[in-house]
Amino acid sequence: MTNLPDARGHFGPYGGRFVPEVLMAPLEELEAAYAEARVDPAFQAELADLLENYAGRPTPLYFAKRLSESLGGARIYLKREDLLHTGAHKINNCIGQALLAIRMGKRRIIAETGAGQHGVATASVCALFGLDCTVYMGEEDMRRQRLNVFRMRMLGAKVVGVTNGSRTLKDAISEAMRDWVTNVSTTHYLLGSALGAHPYPMMVRDFHQCIGKEARQQILAKEGRLPDTLIACVGGGSNAIGLFHAFLGDSGVRMIGAEAGGRSLKLGEHAARFDGGIPGVLQGTFSYLLQDDDGQIALTHSVSAGLDYASVGPEHAYLHDQKRVLYTSVSDADALAAAQRLSRTEGIIPALESSHAVAEAIKRAPSAKGEIFIVNLSGRGDKDTDIYRENLKELDASE
Amino acid sequence: MFERRKAEGKPALVAYLTAGDPSPAATAGLVAALERGGADLIELGVPFSDPVADGPVIQRGADRALKAGMTLSRVLDVAKEVRKNSQIPMLLFSYLNPMLRYGFAKLAKDAKAAGIDGVLMTDASVEEAQTYVDAMRAEGLDTVFLAAPTSTERRLELVAKYSSGFVYLVSRTGVTGEQESLSDPIGPLVASMRKYTQLPLAVGFGISKHEQFKSVGSMADGVVVGSALVRVVEQHGASPNLEAELEAFTRRLVDGGA
Ligand SMILES: Cc1ncc(COP(=O)(O)O)c(C=O)c1O
Repeated sequence: MTNLPDARGHFGPYGGRFVPEVLMAPLEELEAAYAEARVDPAFQAELADLLENYAGRPTPLYFAKRLSESLGGARIYLKREDLLHTGAHKINNCIGQALLAIRMGKRRIIAETGAGQHGVATASVCALFGLDCTVYMGEEDMRRQRLNVFRMRMLGAKVVGVTNGSRTLKDAISEAMRDWVTNVSTTHYLLGSALGAHPYPMMVRDFHQCIGKEARQQILAKEGRLPDTLIACVGGGSNAIGLFHAFLGDSGVRMIGAEAGGRSLKLGEHAARFDGGIPGVLQGTFSYLLQDDDGQIALTHSVSAGLDYASVGPEHAYLHDQKRVLYTSVSDADALAAAQRLSRTEGIIPALESSHAVAEAIKRAPSAKGEIFIVNLSGRGDKDTDIYRENLKELDASE
Repeated sequence: MFERRKAEGKPALVAYLTAGDPSPAATAGLVAALERGGADLIELGVPFSDPVADGPVIQRGADRALKAGMTLSRVLDVAKEVRKNSQIPMLLFSYLNPMLRYGFAKLAKDAKAAGIDGVLMTDASVEEAQTYVDAMRAEGLDTVFLAAPTSTERRLELVAKYSSGFVYLVSRTGVTGEQESLSDPIGPLVASMRKYTQLPLAVGFGISKHEQFKSVGSMADGVVVGSALVRVVEQHGASPNLEAELEAFTRRLVDGGA
């Protein structure tokens, strides 16, 4: 289970490479460059140095005492990816891919972003390395994650609004792919989740594996044993696979991926791919996919821009079918309530994406006395202040 | 078909149309207009919600078709309708997911019954295509694959191996769309591909004018035109003259003149 994908990028039946022929040779080139970098001590040393000194790794594994006590059950630990530079786990992957792009001689970087966290992390590493940076973002996401749009621009990136489809993450990825098809000889596509054509799902996972490796050591040091349950939110699936991967061989560790349940589980009102999705091909990979009877991609909804996507990383599809990971969904309302609760009990305002994982922990903890949970707190909530304000109007009014 | 044009000293015109644009009922008539204007082969585009390989013109065409209720099974109905009066070769041109959802085996059967001659998939590499190729060939349908300027020699060989009917050479890196001038030389790609196959070679992407049709056609067996035709449909979609406009545009493309 831990030695996947196979040579052609398959996780069981999922994954692979479904792109126009123009992109096939460049993907082969990327795969070869990554295979070299992966075993190159100089590359790994530079990556490790930047993860420590630029991004701020290792991140703490923090025991959320008041949250745990208030629920009266499991001991809940938070893996504090929200404390990383730029405010989310996304920077792990961005540093890795930027180093790789430089190695390949590509000085122009393009990326998509939903919540804006991947865009900000990409813009930051491009500034750091002096690379040209263009970020595609759906206009709906630009509206709801305004703060991050400005951060990207301040960092020197060009942010291009996308007006197609639902104007969210999926449409931003399509536009980034069109740019890449056109400028592939000079440009690296710095994809932000464990999605897309091989080698991206593998490569992005590898760059985030540090999350789970650290957490495993940290929990052994603190508790003297492995955790009972890991919980992470799943958009494309990068923070979740980053936490899960180091524990896949530990059969006693249960893993839960929280998808966006949105307003309801009616098609079009959520982004719970494992709750209504059917395997299909979108944007380079074969995985669970929210679609209609004619194979057209369904619209999705989540209060959280980073989880609002019709497909999911292919390794998650595989882990789902293997029943190694349990996928559940968390509604908009429960995620918002969890954000409020974590703020009040721990003094931590989480990103809306991460709030889905927190909500799942809140649901399960009371009946799990004696158990240890690790929740991946993938990002901080500053970017979501506008949405929290809209949903907590009474706080704005109280003086 | 390619041979016949060759004997006349002309390239074949491979004409792309998004089926269902501006409406499912209009498509059969538009195919007839293309044929009258001089098209030799029709690519019936199956509209898809997320066409990553297409530029704005064909994206808008797909949007209009989907809004008008077009589906893959209705594209097959259009093919049947065309077959009542015409023997022009027809190719389904589709993204993978609608075909996957329909089911390859059922699609091959139904497409054959509807008079379709072959299938072209934009977003599946030859590496992922074996089950698809087997299903289509089992019903005697051709499978056309694309080769691109970025394709390595190894990849050109694979494309040749999996293709039947003809091979589609993408003249430049990029999405579909007309271009003022054709920037990349296509001679080298044609020559490289020739080493691996005797199949006819059709070149496309960006071609919208007679001069381009002629110059590209002098190096290949066929020329593919898509966005320029979809733009005509867009511009005259609501007009009763749509078929006449499309026919006239096609004739100018092939024969030149005003
Ligand atoms: C803080 C945060 N967590 C999670 C996600 C979801 O992405 P993934 O599933 O790849 O971790 C995002 C995406 O934007 C994010 O910003």
